[in-house]
Amino acid sequence: MNVIFEKSVAGRQGFRVPDSDVPVEGTLPEKYLRTAAAKLPEVSELDVVRHFTQLSQQNFSVDANFYPLGSCTMKYNPKFTEKVAAMPGFAELHPLLPQLRGGEQYVQGALEVLFECERWLCEITGMQAFTMQPLAGAHGELTGVMLMAAYHKSRGNSKKYIIIPDSAHGTNPASAAVAGYEIVSVPSDKKGGMDIDKLKAALTPECAGLMITCPDTHGVFNSRIDEIARMVHEVDGIMYYDGANLNATLGRCRPGDIGFDVVHLNLHKTFATPHGGGGPGSGPVGVGSRLVKFLPVSRVVKRSDGKFALNYEYPDTIGYIASFYGAFGVILKAYAYMLMLGRDGLKATSDHAVLNANYLLHRLKGAYQIAFDRICMHECLFSAARQAALGVHAIDIAKFLIDKKMHPPTVYFPLTVKEAIMIEPTETESKETLDRFVEAMLEADELARKDPEAFHKIPSTMPISRPDETKAAREAKVNYFSSHK
Amino acid sequence: MNPYIANTSQDVSSMLKTIGLGSVDELFCDIQPRHAPKSFDLPKGLSEYEIISYLNRLALQNSNGLIPFIGGGYYDHYVPAACQALISRGEFYTAYTPYQPECAQGTLQSLFEFQSMICALTEMDVSNASLYEGGTALYEAMMMAIRITNRTKVVMDSGVSPIYRKLIRSYTHNLDFEFVETPVVHGQADRSAIVKLLDKNTAAVIVQNPNFFGAVDDHTDIVEKTHAAGALLISSVYPVALGLLKTPGAMGADIVTGEGQSLGLPLSFGGPYLGFIATRTKYIRQMPGRIVGETVDGQGRRCFVNTLQAREQHIRREKATSNICTNVALCAIQAAIFMSLVGKEGLRKLAQLNLDKAEFARRELSRIPGVEVKRSSPTFNEFTVRLPKKADDVVAGMIRHGFAAGFPLGRYYPGMEDYLLVAVTEKRTKDEIAGYAQALAKVLADK
Repeated sequence: MNVIFEKSVAGRQGFRVPDSDVPVEGTLPEKYLRTAAAKLPEVSELDVVRHFTQLSQQNFSVDANFYPLGSCTMKYNPKFTEKVAAMPGFAELHPLLPQLRGGEQYVQGALEVLFECERWLCEITGMQAFTMQPLAGAHGELTGVMLMAAYHKSRGNSKKYIIIPDSAHGTNPASAAVAGYEIVSVPSDKKGGMDIDKLKAALTPECAGLMITCPDTHGVFNSRIDEIARMVHEVDGIMYYDGANLNATLGRCRPGDIGFDVVHLNLHKTFATPHGGGGPGSGPVGVGSRLVKFLPVSRVVKRSDGKFALNYEYPDTIGYIASFYGAFGVILKAYAYMLMLGRDGLKATSDHAVLNANYLLHRLKGAYQIAFDRICMHECLFSAARQAALGVHAIDIAKFLIDKKMHPPTVYFPLTVKEAIMIEPTETESKETLDRFVEAMLEADELARKDPEAFHKIPSTMPISRPDETKAAREAKVNYFSSHK
Repeated sequence: MNPYIANTSQDVSSMLKTIGLGSVDELFCDIQPRHAPKSFDLPKGLSEYEIISYLNRLALQNSNGLIPFIGGGYYDHYVPAACQALISRGEFYTAYTPYQPECAQGTLQSLFEFQSMICALTEMDVSNASLYEGGTALYEAMMMAIRITNRTKVVMDSGVSPIYRKLIRSYTHNLDFEFVETPVVHGQADRSAIVKLLDKNTAAVIVQNPNFFGAVDDHTDIVEKTHAAGALLISSVYPVALGLLKTPGAMGADIVTGEGQSLGLPLSFGGPYLGFIATRTKYIRQMPGRIVGETVDGQGRRCFVNTLQAREQHIRREKATSNICTNVALCAIQAAIFMSLVGKEGLRKLAQLNLDKAEFARRELSRIPGVEVKRSSPTFNEFTVRLPKKADDVVAGMIRHGFAAGFPLGRYYPGMEDYLLVAVTEKRTKDEIAGYAQALAKVLADK
């Protein structure tokens, strides 16, 4: 499909800028002006609408396709939450308004949303307090590690490294490194959990803490997690909970109760806010009592007269981690979702997410090698090793699914399992959809045994076939105008 | 009941049978009784209608009536209806990161177009597919300059948004960087102060255009001095202003960042917003975040993929250029739609209209006794006025007249308690501006 610049015709405009109603014209000295207009496209409104509509139709999405992308929790995004975020009283609210004297009274509704959302998340996770500010999961991780660092500094601890299991998301070590820590990686045992003996060996007084996803990316809930927490606490380490997989344990277990000191959640996973093709997300961070005083500012407080206010006066705070109060529009959607589900709906979420994953595990384990032979949590992990021996790799099976109009699962992650295929169906999918997926996966396995060569030609039903990624990286054509002056 | 769950009790029984278990509880056998929640005391679920009514009530408690003359980096621009309509397509907003390019060309091509538009706007070579927001984008730019130069000192002009400066200080608090700010001057950047701070360990000089006081500048001379010291120049810009203003690319900047909210995103109480970053080709491998690149498929057809992923956390883990994963793709697509609608000529006109309205407001306000409109530097759509009273008090008084009158500078600049930062976008009418001036005269006349 042509890029929009190729549809440009000089003189066309898709939006009318009103005529000026003021009797003066502003001018600036020439040295401050650009010499040529920015080369934005010149297209009509219909051109724009048709262009982006047609582009959108080239995407798979939760609205149109089964999307079992492991570790991403691609559940259905309720429509009514979009309506809430678009309410003018929220959408048109300027973030600096509460910073004016007398301005807080004009943002009471927005502050109530933030305050209540924090309270819900505290009760769901068993943490003492939350900040809603982090703008994505990785941003929450960085915030959490900064909180860890502040804690250790206040105790005069000299800590050098953070322990991270080898099954972790890449963001964990990256966030810890950005915050100035070294990384010590601990391998998993044969059953998929963290190897406790290896952990013991890695724990020294220089350990700042442990970052762990629970259940982990193997889809395993580590029954010894409380014991692990005790060990980490013995060296005055901080237990960090990566909430990417919270969708498995709502109402069954709370990180705050089993020894975690800091957690981040992904509202775009567990709390059903749309993933937006790669954001905006939201990664609120909750802390236990030891870390509350370090939380970033501002914090939303409820005064004795029932009014909400922003408080910046916390001497031990780590400071500002975002310009304002978080991805407010996203937080609103998550809050509306929690209100809809309530206590029982949240618990049912995990029940069905885990049921659906185990159903897929059992339906597929004959054809695909399972990574760990045990009950899984909200996602099931396979290896395409058997198929790979025939020349058909995890990526080929992924492409086969695309031709079946299903988004592929996560492949080649976690790094601990060769030819990994990680499937997270979520609770919002029906048994019929799961069965169709199973049929497609079984068909792929059959084809792998009969005609492995056939995979080289797929996908064949999409607007494009497999792209040349090496060429993309070598040429780095990332700006239309550098190749089309 | 959870309306988003499809499984019936029959489905549950049949699935449990397949699994070989008798109950859903057995699926949770790894969670021991001692791990059970100490509390899970939450209300019962509500209906869609009840939630909409409740949240609508909260929305109405917010500032619907106040006429905004408040900016500070976040502006009340009009968002064309087609913007919202297009990003409301489920194919865009319910997709995720385009890990599988064959079924994500919509997102990928849109992001490629966004990157190209950011390059056109800033006259830089390459852009990424977005960062969280303007403040964190500036932090990422600073870290990028530190990596490129292998130096650790950063010089920050005090005209850079105080919110951004606070944010960067928080992030670098525990790291071994030297972070210096120039003394506050009201207006354009103080060249001599910046030059004095340059040394052999300086990684970057950070400036903003227009700066927080609204002053428009040409930083070409600062770029030259910065380069002579072996450092990089980072410029934080306001994209709508670039409809008219000299571009950071033309000034010779090395890294450009900014807040893209003004490109068709609602104010939404602070987010989600849109951070962007652009740089020179030679630095592309040090740029953080997702980057979309053009390539061809097996049949030679042009297509788009996430590229240069060897920089990223999912490949490099602790050695990545940044920890960023999810960014704000949908906001970037929204901005691309906005820039397509407004177009080449439209953006210039829009910027001119902002300039005209602000000029009119300056004229009206300067007629009020005791109000001094600062004229020492050229400005775009935001400017400072010095008031005969504390700006905080005046703003509180103006709220009673129905105006969000601007941002009192004293909050972030001690000693500037009498100064008010006033923003006038294309949405403010002649009557609103005249009404603002009248109200201000009244508030100032009140004892």
